[in-house]
Amino acid sequence: MNPDDAMSVVNGPAAPHTEGVADPVRRRVLKWMAASTALAGAGCSQPPAEPIMPYVSMPERLTPGQPVFYATTLRRHGMGVGVLVVTESGRPIKIEGNPRHPASAGATDAQTQAAILDLWDHERSRVVLHRGRISAWSDFAQAMALRLEAHKADGGAGLRLLTGPISSPTLLTQIRNWQSQFPLARWHRHHPDADVAGEEAARQVFGSAVDCCYRLERAALVITLGAELFSGAGGVRNAQGFAAARRTRGPRPRLYAFETAAGFCGALADERRAMAPADMEALLRAMAAKLGLPAAGDFSRVPIPPAALNKLCSQLLRARGAGVIAAGPALSVQAHVWAWRLNEHLGNLGTTVLPLARDSAWPDSGAAESARRLSPESLAALTHAMRAGEVKTLLMLDANPVHESPAALGFAAAMESVECTAHMGLYPDETARACLWHVPMAHELEDWSDAWSLDHVPSIVQPAIAPLYGGYSPHVFMDALTSGARRSAHECVRATWQAAWRGAGPEAFEQRWRTALRRGVIDSGAPAPRILAPLPAPAGMAAPAEDGVAVDGGGNGEDDNDGDGLAASLIAVFACDPNIDTGNQANNAWLQELPRPYTKLAWDNAALLSPATAAARGLHDGDVVELTATSPDAVLRAPICIVPGHADGVITLPLGYGRQHAGSTGNSVGFDAYALQGLDAAGRPSRIRRVRMRPTGERQGFARSQHAMRQEGREIARTVAVQGMRAQAGPPDGAQAGTDAPRHRPSLYPDHRYEGYAWGMTVDLDACMGCNACAIACQAENNIPVVGREQVARGREMHWIRIDLYHDEAGRRPQFQPMACQHCENAPCEVVCPVGATMHDSEGLNVQVYNRCVGTRFCSNNCPYKARRFNFFKYSSDSLSAKAHQNPDVTVRQRGVMEKCTYCVQRISHARIEAQKAGRPIADGDVVTACEAACPTQAIVFGNVNDPNSRVSKAKASARNYAVLEELNTRPRTTYLARVADPGSTLEDGHG
Amino acid sequence: MNSQYGTLGQFATPDALLQAIRQLRRESPAMQLEAYTPYAVEGLSAALGLKRNIVPAATLAGGVLGGLGGFLMQWYAAVVSYPVNIGGRPLNSWPMFIPAAFELAILGAALAAVASMLVANGLPRLYHPIFNAAHFNLATRDQYFLCIRADAAEHSFETISKKLMELGAHTVVEVRE
Amino acid sequence: MAESPTIPAGPRNAADRGGPEVSAPVPVLAGGWTDAGVTDKIAGLILNRGGSWLSGWDRHWRWRSALLVSFSGALILLAASTWLFMRGVGLFGVNIPVAWGFALGNFVWWIGIGHAGTFISAILLLLRQRWRTSINRYAEAMTLFAAGIAGLFPILHLGRPWFAYWLLPYPNRMELWPQWRSPLVWDIFAIATYLLVSLLFWYVGLIPDLASLRDKARRRSRQLLYGLLALGWRGDARHWDRYETAYLLLAGLATPLVVSVHTVVSLDFAIGNTPGYHSTIFPPYFVAGALFSGFAMVVTLAIPIRHYLQLQDFITLRHLDLAACVMLACSLFVAYGYLAEIFTAYYSGDPYEIAMTQDRFTGVYAPVYWAYIGCNVLAPQCLWWRRLRRCVPALLAVSLVINAGMWMERFLIVVQSLHRDFLPSSWDVFVPTLWDWTFLLGSIALFVWLFLMFVRYLPLISMAEMRGLVHETAEEARSGEGKAR
Repeated sequence: MNPDDAMSVVNGPAAPHTEGVADPVRRRVLKWMAASTALAGAGCSQPPAEPIMPYVSMPERLTPGQPVFYATTLRRHGMGVGVLVVTESGRPIKIEGNPRHPASAGATDAQTQAAILDLWDHERSRVVLHRGRISAWSDFAQAMALRLEAHKADGGAGLRLLTGPISSPTLLTQIRNWQSQFPLARWHRHHPDADVAGEEAARQVFGSAVDCCYRLERAALVITLGAELFSGAGGVRNAQGFAAARRTRGPRPRLYAFETAAGFCGALADERRAMAPADMEALLRAMAAKLGLPAAGDFSRVPIPPAALNKLCSQLLRARGAGVIAAGPALSVQAHVWAWRLNEHLGNLGTTVLPLARDSAWPDSGAAESARRLSPESLAALTHAMRAGEVKTLLMLDANPVHESPAALGFAAAMESVECTAHMGLYPDETARACLWHVPMAHELEDWSDAWSLDHVPSIVQPAIAPLYGGYSPHVFMDALTSGARRSAHECVRATWQAAWRGAGPEAFEQRWRTALRRGVIDSGAPAPRILAPLPAPAGMAAPAEDGVAVDGGGNGEDDNDGDGLAASLIAVFACDPNIDTGNQANNAWLQELPRPYTKLAWDNAALLSPATAAARGLHDGDVVELTATSPDAVLRAPICIVPGHADGVITLPLGYGRQHAGSTGNSVGFDAYALQGLDAAGRPSRIRRVRMRPTGERQGFARSQHAMRQEGREIARTVAVQGMRAQAGPPDGAQAGTDAPRHRPSLYPDHRYEGYAWGMTVDLDACMGCNACAIACQAENNIPVVGREQVARGREMHWIRIDLYHDEAGRRPQFQPMACQHCENAPCEVVCPVGATMHDSEGLNVQVYNRCVGTRFCSNNCPYKARRFNFFKYSSDSLSAKAHQNPDVTVRQRGVMEKCTYCVQRISHARIEAQKAGRPIADGDVVTACEAACPTQAIVFGNVNDPNSRVSKAKASARNYAVLEELNTRPRTTYLARVADPGSTLEDGHG
Repeated sequence: MNSQYGTLGQFATPDALLQAIRQLRRESPAMQLEAYTPYAVEGLSAALGLKRNIVPAATLAGGVLGGLGGFLMQWYAAVVSYPVNIGGRPLNSWPMFIPAAFELAILGAALAAVASMLVANGLPRLYHPIFNAAHFNLATRDQYFLCIRADAAEHSFETISKKLMELGAHTVVEVRE
Repeated sequence: MAESPTIPAGPRNAADRGGPEVSAPVPVLAGGWTDAGVTDKIAGLILNRGGSWLSGWDRHWRWRSALLVSFSGALILLAASTWLFMRGVGLFGVNIPVAWGFALGNFVWWIGIGHAGTFISAILLLLRQRWRTSINRYAEAMTLFAAGIAGLFPILHLGRPWFAYWLLPYPNRMELWPQWRSPLVWDIFAIATYLLVSLLFWYVGLIPDLASLRDKARRRSRQLLYGLLALGWRGDARHWDRYETAYLLLAGLATPLVVSVHTVVSLDFAIGNTPGYHSTIFPPYFVAGALFSGFAMVVTLAIPIRHYLQLQDFITLRHLDLAACVMLACSLFVAYGYLAEIFTAYYSGDPYEIAMTQDRFTGVYAPVYWAYIGCNVLAPQCLWWRRLRRCVPALLAVSLVINAGMWMERFLIVVQSLHRDFLPSSWDVFVPTLWDWTFLLGSIALFVWLFLMFVRYLPLISMAEMRGLVHETAEEARSGEGKAR
């Protein structure tokens, strides 16, 4: 059914969760009508009842395309990321980073950008479900009340709460109250991307739970061993810090990335090596021993040549106090301990590596006191308890363990032994359907809450719109689960901070509250995060052999290869998908269609293999293989995708796909890697597992946005080799990236002069890590339609900015290159358009006149950058929710017209209007394109090239500046800054 | 009324017709002769002493008109009426205007040629007295006709038909309006 | 070639039966024909019913099945176009980078075929090639239909075909004009002009024949129809005088036009900067290719016509022979074009051109490339042998092969050049959909149907000119005998 249609909800509910409603009593009908009106009013929903504060002081770098900004907080992996929500006449339509918030600093990642689509997703859960039938909140509340009465008697034995990662003081306070009411009740926490080994190691090293965050802006040397520094909760901040460090004068900081599958770190690394997790551990151990870490013992195998090891260690010593060694989730606890100890040994703790006591995030010390007592247990513990029949009532809050947990754990099966299960979530997902009760959760942009960031800076979550589909706040949910006051989320949150700021009087509180809302961050009155000191290292540190991971993952998969190519065993590494993360955003069409950074797959996941491994087994792209785990038997069929620069003998399985109940968009896309994920010796979800691979002989086609990934000797994405160069100041003479300036090129025609403004852009290839944030930001800003798998497979994707990827032979320096319309001054597209539908405006923009275009597509043929996109069918959506979240300043294109990057012309004209109102010229930074605003590394710079002092002019002055295909004399306004190769950084060559 | 249009003699071969025409024009140049043949007989125009027709002149005019008009239209559109910066090219990028101008010149010339031919021939004219003559339908098959217009009274039908018979016409009929 | 049982009118040309006299010179018109004979025979094809020399040929099952098949094909094309307009060009296999697919290939192919007619009528007229007389009429008809069908495709492939008229200059409130620098606008003018001039040329040529039909027709309806079309032509000497002048001038105008049209079409590509498009040899090379495919189509049509309508005396082996020679010449020129392309690619040293050329040899579309090398360069070489030039079935086969080869060449130029241009990141492959094939085959069906209609209702050989030819050949014969004695 078309869920936008309110009537269809009333008449014939066809959605599974609304099936078979027996003759409805009057009250339910009213409920539906309420829901229906909520849906019908999706387009014109009013702001929430409570007063919310517009973001008044707009920062320089953020040009509003739209009237009202609200500062709020979104959560990535449970941690707060400050954002500004752009609302157009009450409708949130775009998300920008919040410059004041440390986790954002004005930038965002793709997932955060795409959150706006989740908000408007009409397939989100809408009604309370009881046994899969429409019910009502009051029924749920009554049922719970009865149940909890029963539990009061036994003090909450058999009462369990399962949540995702939580960083909301208010929610934690509520959980604390709940536990104080039910002393025997237990709280479990589960997140598929949680680095369980790392947390365990931190507990061993520091004696308590730790949030580890980095200060890469201070770093001189970063070594990552499979740690994804640039994605997830701290990703944006880290990327920003590292890019900043590279820009600042002084020696260029170096980044060495040892990765299994190429990640964002690899894209920025001076040198990247593909490595199996076991090799990383060996390397880590070798470094530990070489650097004289007590009791690291002698080391047998070193995966890199001794010279390289020496070079690494000497650099680490030189970078004392400014180095970072980051171990990834696939490594063993022992390896993480070594990483901690190494950082400690090198004096990096407290300077570049900050272990923050998790409880130090609490707003008030009293709470912090009890917070120490409040330590969540694992999902494994819960599952065991369930199997043992100890669990009577299971409450699940914003978690989807039925899908997002290793099949080896058998959570779903264990659930059947629980009498009463209640689930609150955004979607009627797998877990919701397995539960007795399901309560729709309000989206983060729909209700009040609070959250602290990875580095423990708290901020308020304020709604930008009333719940579209009648969701409830987790705070209300928790209140319902504890006898006591029934408060609104707003009251809950204020209560928390009233307690926190109990010193201040009511006026002062209101003042601070307003400020907090306006700024989107609480920078005063919150306690400074406490940096833990490590406990003294125990005398004999264990060799990794005992550890489950090491045992399982020992060797690189080849050493015990039985020679039989078909059943040769590999190490499977389970990683969250770079787009849909753990699968929680599987129903997000933007993220599904967004090409995965390194595979360029859309609408699919694939088992990643290195070319060598694939060749050894005679496999080709798209071959479907059958992966079998030894113990317990689990089988998974997956198509393989060959990725240059992947570790040999390892197969990477992206998690989050193969959803059963994600929604019409995400259902049965790809394969479910959780089905094969196993547990380590300690029963924790393990990131690696030994598997056997057998080709099935079947093949599967992929929808790929890029097929050829070599530069074919063409100088498209260039590199300049400079010893210890500064980023902005160009390299010394001779190391010039571009040839002479286009102005000096001969031409039969007189040059066209551009008076006034002349817009231009630079993209710094030394900073781009291919995170795709710009692509989604552009899609949201410019109403770019989603075309679906089949159309992408036909080569008809619509993204205005595509992130090209080029590999070198060794796969050691993958290079991303954002490619959008270059706005050539001698635009080849314009000359061939028979109706003048594409032409130049007075400021040098290559503009596309949609309503004049007849669709000859000659312009695209003649565009050497192939940056143009065509509406082969009617791609734009007419759904109510689409209408609601589309940008009113940008035309929705109809069938048969060409479209492309416009340099966000709507933002330019908005800035012009503002400037004219203020009676001043447009200042540098007034116009910020969507891609520029989103970019975590500020790789993209936009501005007026006629103004010699603008940032873009300065960037173009760099000797790294060059134009792609400048020999065609198209004179692009978008130019690129060549990537920097630091010859001093190369580890002496050897097998990686 | 029943006035006379002329006298029509029917010949079997083009040579006979040509002979007759030359003969008659030698004897009485004032005579108005009309020849009807199933195909363009070589030398016929010469024999009848036709002057150069207007078709070439008209064609030239049409061509010039089309070409110049076409070029000026493009210049006006691109420079005066709708000046836009196309790929940094100058507004009056005349080399790019040549193809369309050329085609328009050809078109103008061709139209002029056909139109002038039809107009000068007084076509279309669906009715013509000559069609009344017997056997004239063979004029488009294999018969060759010579029509002597009845101008003054001095030539009676009898004299002319006798004359035509002498010149080799195997049939002579009178054509009435 | 099997003789059909019906009794032929007029004496037969012995050489047509092949055999010993093959090497003997064959006249362009078999002896013994008179004005009347020629006229009756050609007009008879259209007018006569039962009892005539070839009675009721239009009720023959061959004719009827041909009509049925071609007409239903045309209807399928119509239906497909409707659906195309409703859904969008996404039905085709086109994508980014290959934004042009079959549609443009078909366009160039058809417009090429549409060149032979005017070439034969105009250029051969100016060159006083008498053998043109008996083939120019249907060649012109072929030209018209082919050019018309070619004109459809650019419209069909538009994203918003209902706005196709925006390419024309017309007064409008927005004061918008076409963008004159675009080769597509030149195309519109070139093709429109070509269609109009070809139509005029064809119609002017038809006028005397229409008069003949008017005068021979027995049925009133026919007399009216042909009478109206004949514009009251009565064969007046003065009319003939102007008529000849106009016809000659039209020929003179059509000659540069023919060359310009396919030049402009080639500029659609040559103006572009895509490697494989951006080549200065395109104009001559496209024109030669056009004549090549055009003459192939002329032969393809001539052979069944002369066989089934028993026109061996008018369309003699001499015609086929000469047409074959033209094809051979074109084949050599086209071959030169292919070589020149390869040479310039490597000589220029332009890496993009070189990569494109190598991709032609070895890439995804290499089979197509080698196939058309075989069809357009190797196969026609057999025409060096006169025996083959005069072996009708062989000639038919070669002409069909050439037609296919030229289509493949157009396809390759359009698609292969695009699928791998400057940035490897944007490389992709074009895979034709069922719709692409539907439109190609549908257009062929439409062409056949139109041609059958033409054969049925209009004189497919110019009677007036044939009458002239009769006399000229008679003269020759006489003078020849004179010399002999």
